[in-house]
Amino acid sequence: MSKRVLLGLLLACGLTAPALAQAPKTGGAINAVIQPEPPGLMLAQIQNGPTQMVSGNIFEGLLRYSPKLEPQPELAESWSVSEDAKTYTFKLKKGVTWHDGKPFTAADVLFSIEMLKQTHARARNNLAQVEKVEAPDDYTVVFTLKQPFGPFLGIFEVGSMPMVPKHLYEGTDWKTNPYNNAPVGTGPFMFKEWQKGSFIRLVKNPNYHEKGKPYLDEIYWQVIPDAAARAVAYETGKVDVLPGGSVENFDVPRLSKLKDTCVTGAGWEFFSPLAWLWLNNRQGPLADKRVRQAIMYAIDRDFAKDVIWNGLGKVATGPSASTIKFYTDDVKKYPYDPAKAKALLKEAGYKGEKIRLLPLAYGETWQRWGEAVKQNLQDVGMTIETIATDVAGGNQKIAEWDYDIAFTYLYQYGDPALGVGRNYVSSAIAKGQMFNNVEGYSNPEIDKLFADGAVATPDSKRKEIYEKAQKILVEDVPVAWMLELQFPTIMRCKVKNLITTGIGVNDGFKDAWLDK
Amino acid sequence: MLSFVAQRVVKGVIVLLAIVVLNFFLIRLAPGDPAMVMAGEAGATDQVFVKQLREKFGLDKPLPEQLFIYVKGVVTLDLGFSFRQQAPVAKLIGERLPATLLLTLTAFAISLALGVLFGTFAARFAGTFLDTAITVFALIFYAMPIFWVALMGILLFSVTMDWLPSFGYETVGANLTGPAHALDVAKHLIMPAMTLGLFFMATYTRMTRASMLEVKRLDFVKTARAKGLSDAVIQRRHVLRNALLPVVTLAGVHSGTLIGGAVITETVFAWPGIGRLMYDALLQRDYNLLLGVFVICSAMVLIFNLITDLVYRLVDPRIEFAS
Repeated sequence: MSKRVLLGLLLACGLTAPALAQAPKTGGAINAVIQPEPPGLMLAQIQNGPTQMVSGNIFEGLLRYSPKLEPQPELAESWSVSEDAKTYTFKLKKGVTWHDGKPFTAADVLFSIEMLKQTHARARNNLAQVEKVEAPDDYTVVFTLKQPFGPFLGIFEVGSMPMVPKHLYEGTDWKTNPYNNAPVGTGPFMFKEWQKGSFIRLVKNPNYHEKGKPYLDEIYWQVIPDAAARAVAYETGKVDVLPGGSVENFDVPRLSKLKDTCVTGAGWEFFSPLAWLWLNNRQGPLADKRVRQAIMYAIDRDFAKDVIWNGLGKVATGPSASTIKFYTDDVKKYPYDPAKAKALLKEAGYKGEKIRLLPLAYGETWQRWGEAVKQNLQDVGMTIETIATDVAGGNQKIAEWDYDIAFTYLYQYGDPALGVGRNYVSSAIAKGQMFNNVEGYSNPEIDKLFADGAVATPDSKRKEIYEKAQKILVEDVPVAWMLELQFPTIMRCKVKNLITTGIGVNDGFKDAWLDK
Repeated sequence: MLSFVAQRVVKGVIVLLAIVVLNFFLIRLAPGDPAMVMAGEAGATDQVFVKQLREKFGLDKPLPEQLFIYVKGVVTLDLGFSFRQQAPVAKLIGERLPATLLLTLTAFAISLALGVLFGTFAARFAGTFLDTAITVFALIFYAMPIFWVALMGILLFSVTMDWLPSFGYETVGANLTGPAHALDVAKHLIMPAMTLGLFFMATYTRMTRASMLEVKRLDFVKTARAKGLSDAVIQRRHVLRNALLPVVTLAGVHSGTLIGGAVITETVFAWPGIGRLMYDALLQRDYNLLLGVFVICSAMVLIFNLITDLVYRLVDPRIEFAS
C-alpha cells in the first residue's frame, strides 16, 4: 500500500469518525415523566396532552411535520394534490402491520376517519371540508374536498388523525372496547403494561415498518403527581426525560445546570402554544376598545417572560405565533407603557369599576403570572379581583361568559385556519364552550377574511388575507396576547434525537437512542 | 356478640347509603362537570362534543333519575363506570386499594406503636428531661404539615444521602419477584409510612401519657403497689391497660383522617393508592369514580370503628356488648 493511499485512508477514517460516533446505538430504556397520568391511551377517543405524549409512540398518522411544518411521510409514503386543489391522493406505505400482525391498508384509513368524525372534535372540524374519501385500492386513499382548503395537508399528524385498526373496532362498542386499555397501533412501540398510578411501559415493535427503528428497547412513562417530586426524580437519576411542563418553571434553571443535562425548547412548532387573556368584550369597561388597548400597554410582558417563564418563549405580537404560517409582525405594537394605559383608561371614562381576573389553575407558574398581571393592572388604576378556582370551575366560568379577564393558552396547529380563526370569528360564539370566541368579539370584516383565507389559493393570496386580519385584530385587541410559550424538554445528554419533528415529544420516540 | 356485630353492620349500611346520597348532591355543587373537563382537555371546539359526552355519561338525565340509577347500582354492588378512564369504578379502586391499605395500616401501626411506647416512657419519667424531649419530638411532627415533612424527608434521605427511593411503589423496570420484591416495596414504603405515621404518633403519645398519669393516681394502683407487685408489672398490667381505652377511641376516630393524610402523602411520594385516585377524580369531576372512592373509604371507616368497639372488649373485659 502506497503512503498516499494509506494517508488517504487515514484521512477518510479521520473525517468519518465523528459521523460514525453519531451513528445511532440500539438498546436501552428511557424513563420519562408523564404528567398528569393519562385517563386512557386510545388516542382516537381521548385527546388530551398526556394521552398523545404516550400514545404518539403506539399510534401513527399518515404524515408528520418538520420543525418548519413541512409534511413528511409516515404511514403515507407520498401524496399529490390536483390542480384545482380539491383532490388529495395519498399512497400508503406497503408492508406496514398492526401490532397484532394484521396488515394496515386503506380500509383502516376509511374506518378511522368515520370513527374520528364521531369521537374527535378537532378531527371532525378539520374534515368538515371533505366531501368524500375513497380507497381505489388497498394502498391508495383519495380525499375530495368541497372547495380548496389551504391547511389540508396539515391535519394528518398522529394526534389530529390517529389511525385505528378496523379489524379490532368495527362493529364493537367503541367506548368499552377492551383494546382501549391495551391499544394496538402501527407505531414504533407497543403497549406492554400499565400499573395505574405508577408507570406505563412500552416495548420496541420488532416489526416496525422503518427498518432498524426504533433504537430503544423500552420506554417507561413514570407517573409522579407532585412537581417537586418530579424534579427530585430527575435529580436522583430515576428519570431521564422531563417533557415540557413536567416541572415548575422556577426549577428549570436549577435542573438545567445539573451535570450531563441538555435542554431544548424545540418540538413545539406544530402546536405553537400561545398564551393570552380572554377579555370579555360584551359588558362593562372591557366592551370599550380603549380599555382593552390600555390593558395591552399596562402589562409588562417582558417581565413575565424573563421572571415568570425564566426567559423562555417570546412576547406575542398578535393572534398568530411567529412559528406558524402567514405570521407577520408588521402590526400595531404595544410596548409596556403604564402612562399611555392610564391616559387611555381616562379617555374611555373608566371609573375604577371592579374587574374579575381568572388565573389558570395549572400550578405555581400560572398563579404567579396571575399575581403579576393583577399588579400591573392595579398600577394603572384598575380595580382587580382575583377569582380562585380549579380547572373545572374555571372552564365553567369561561364557558358561561362569567368573567372579565381570564388566562388561557391554546395550540395553533401550524395554520391560522386551524388554530387562530376559531378564536375571533363570530360564528364561533356559543355559550357553553370554553374555547373559540368566548370573548364575544364580532367583526364582519374579520369573519370574511378568515372565511376567505381558509379556501384561497395559492398561498400568496392566503398570506395577504391573513396579514390583513392580523393587523385589524391587533388594533381591536379582542383578547390580550401575552407570550408564545416554550415548554423546555429537560433530558440527560446521552439521550439523542429525542426531538426531530415540529411535534416533538408528542410524536413518539422512534428516532431516539441512548449514547451509552 | 354476634347480634351486636349484626346490628352494627345493618346500621353501617344505612349510614353508608346516607353518605352516598349526600355526596351525590355535594359533588354536583362544584362548578363544572366531567364533560366540560374532558372537552377542555381535548381542546374540543364545538358544543356537539360536550353534549355528546353528557349524553354518554347520562348527565343529561334529571338529577333524581341519575341518583336512582346510581343507588340502584351501589345496592347491587356495582359502583358504575368511569367514562373518563374507560373502566369500571370497582376495577380502578381494586387496583389501587392494596397500596393504600399497605400505606395506611403501616402508618397506623407505626403511629400507635411509637405513640404508646413514647407515651408510656413519658408518663413513667414524667417531669424529667426524657419526658420533655419526647413531648417536643412528638409535637414537632404534629406541628409540621405532612407535605413539608415529606419533602424534607426526600431531600435528606433521597437527594443528600441516597438511602431511600424518593417516589413510587417499587423500582420500575427491575421486575423483581418474591422476597426481593417485598424488600423493594418495603424500601419504598418507609418514607411515606413514616411521614404519615409520625404525624399521628404525636396524639397517641400525648394521650397515652396523660391517661397513664391519671390512672396512676387511682386507688387500685395503690392497692397493687401495697400488694408488693413490681413496678414493671403495675405499669404494664394495671396502668397501661386501663390507660389504653381513650387511645383506642382515638385510633378509631383516626381511621378516617388517615385516608385524608394519605391523599397528601400519596401525592408527594407518587404512591399509587386511592388517595390520589380520589384527588384526581375530584379535579376531573369524575363523579362515579369519586363517589366510588367515598363509598369505599366510608365503608373502611365503619369497619375500623366496629373493630375499635371489639377491641374495647379485649382491653377492658368489664365492657359488655349491648345487644
